[in-house]
Amino acid sequence: MLPNFCNWLSNTPLSMKIQTVLWIIPAVQTIHILCVAIVMSTMAMLDFRLAGVTGRSQPISHAVNRWVPWVWGALPVMLLTGCILIIGEPTRELMNPYFRTKMALLAIVVVITAFVYVRNKKEAYWESRAVAAKFAGAFSLLLWIGIVTAGRWIAYY
Amino acid sequence: MIIPQFCSWVQNTRMASAIRTSTWLFPTIESVHVLAITIVVGSAAMFDFRLLGIASRDRTVTQVHREVLPWTWAAFACAVVAGFLMFSSDAVKYYENGPFRWKMFTLLLVGLNAAIFEFGPFRGVSRWDSEKKTPLSAKLAGGISLVLWVFVVGFGRWIGFTKQ
Repeated sequence: MLPNFCNWLSNTPLSMKIQTVLWIIPAVQTIHILCVAIVMSTMAMLDFRLAGVTGRSQPISHAVNRWVPWVWGALPVMLLTGCILIIGEPTRELMNPYFRTKMALLAIVVVITAFVYVRNKKEAYWESRAVAAKFAGAFSLLLWIGIVTAGRWIAYY
Repeated sequence: MIIPQFCSWVQNTRMASAIRTSTWLFPTIESVHVLAITIVVGSAAMFDFRLLGIASRDRTVTQVHREVLPWTWAAFACAVVAGFLMFSSDAVKYYENGPFRWKMFTLLLVGLNAAIFEFGPFRGVSRWDSEKKTPLSAKLAGGISLVLWVFVVGFGRWIGFTKQ
């Protein structure tokens, strides 16, 4: 089923175009990585703040409101550029265990981030739950590191 | 020139051979390199956005400087070490690669732009520290930095598509 879909997709005119025009894949990857840079930096700032390691001059609630919107802005661009890369090389991505791991980790971290963001609307929610905040911060940072690492390893399967 | 000699020496070291022959060392070092770069570029961009008056506008320029640039430097050190290890594994080929040279040259420009800013406009930051509208010299430094980082990442990615 999925292998057939990959086969069909890689024979569509759009996929052929992406495969044959030399600069499309590196250019799209560059945009993808720049968005990853925004997400990784803002999430590192947020997760270190949640864990209580850095940025303690500003309350957690400010840090959440300051950093999380960057992720909501960058994610759609990453999904779009990611889709272009999948259309260009469907089998290399969709049949790849690293790619599948990356997507699974991404789904988990998006849920955690959304949870942190939504609960933050209640006054001093995370301030009064220091242990949960620490755990959420440490766990999501590990997930993001795993996502970037799995992403890089796609090329080595 | 001494660089080609250094390249052929370094790629024959035991460390370089180990990276070249191992199946997992290179991708692992590369993952560290990419992770470090995301922090370098993202944190530098945060400061650049403040210089442009686009983000963190409720904080002073020196606050954002203090807050994000230690991240940039720490991650840059990791990126350089990991980058050098990757370079050493096939030094002659990297040295001959066009995009690699462009990436190094662009990094030099990033440093030059940052140095000019630190020793120039940033010296008088007390006059516009809390301003949302920063002076033109600061905007220029931030804008140039952003564009240069885009090229650093772009050339870096291009190496993988051009290196023989």
